[in-house]
Amino acid sequence: MKSAVILLPGLNRDRDMIAALTKIGGTAPLTVWQTDTEIPDVDLIVIPGGFSYGDYLRCGAIAARMPVMRAVAEKAAKGVTVMGVCNGFQILLEAGLLPGALMRNASLKFVCREVKLEIANAETRFTSRYEKGQVIRCPIAHHDGNYFADEATLARIEGEGQVAFRYGEGTNPNGSLNDIAGIVNAEGNVLGMMPHPENLIEDAHGGTDGRALFEAALGRAA
Amino acid sequence: MIKARVTVTLKNGVLDPQGKAIEGALGTLGFSGVGHVRQGKVFDIELESADRAKAEAELKAMCDKLLANTVIENYSVELA
Repeated sequence: MKSAVILLPGLNRDRDMIAALTKIGGTAPLTVWQTDTEIPDVDLIVIPGGFSYGDYLRCGAIAARMPVMRAVAEKAAKGVTVMGVCNGFQILLEAGLLPGALMRNASLKFVCREVKLEIANAETRFTSRYEKGQVIRCPIAHHDGNYFADEATLARIEGEGQVAFRYGEGTNPNGSLNDIAGIVNAEGNVLGMMPHPENLIEDAHGGTDGRALFEAALGRAA
Repeated sequence: MIKARVTVTLKNGVLDPQGKAIEGALGTLGFSGVGHVRQGKVFDIELESADRAKAEAELKAMCDKLLANTVIENYSVELA
């Protein structure tokens, strides 16, 4: 199972993501720099979290226009599994690979803590090792995780089962519409999520609730 | 050379927590009678072109491709 991690200046969760993929996938992921125009044949492409380009203009806006993102879009169109976490989610939205936008947290505060995540759809290639309605623990750390989409888009993604993760009832940390924490595209091969499953995959993290996500994403791709 | 100003604002109905916070701070400073405050962005852009119609079309393309996120933002283009 081969994976690749996209690297952009200002990301800071890349090492955690590489460690998680190495641990769960058995081999270290390839790394692809922002100016690369081609991505090698891999089963899973991951855009990690951080603050690409210092969040200038809008979170993920500059990163989404870098050459490597054209290559990510081409791979996604061919059905390759792609996932973006935190800033990676923002980048996928800015690149138009997922619907909607992420705005400043309603509290205006940077939120860094653990949340409860509910599996809203367990039939995606990312959530298939969880049960629908299962509630897992997951860390979050972001300032702009307030998911927004216009009414028609929201109705569509809800109707099509594109909401993969929701914040547990009453724990929405950022004002996201419908408590949305993570969504997939219409085809189901691209996931974006604000929480950091890569930071809860081994006992030393204090829990392993995030593991099943990587096992599913890597396993399905094999 | 053409000088242009691009203004990007949040669409109606999109929650603007920053605007809300500014609204509150203005009240704290004693500015009474302040209604809604919405925060936006301004870009001053110089273009080498002398063709105003072409410049305007190009600026709109810049907005669609980068300067604005049309999911949540509107934009307007003004040539000096």
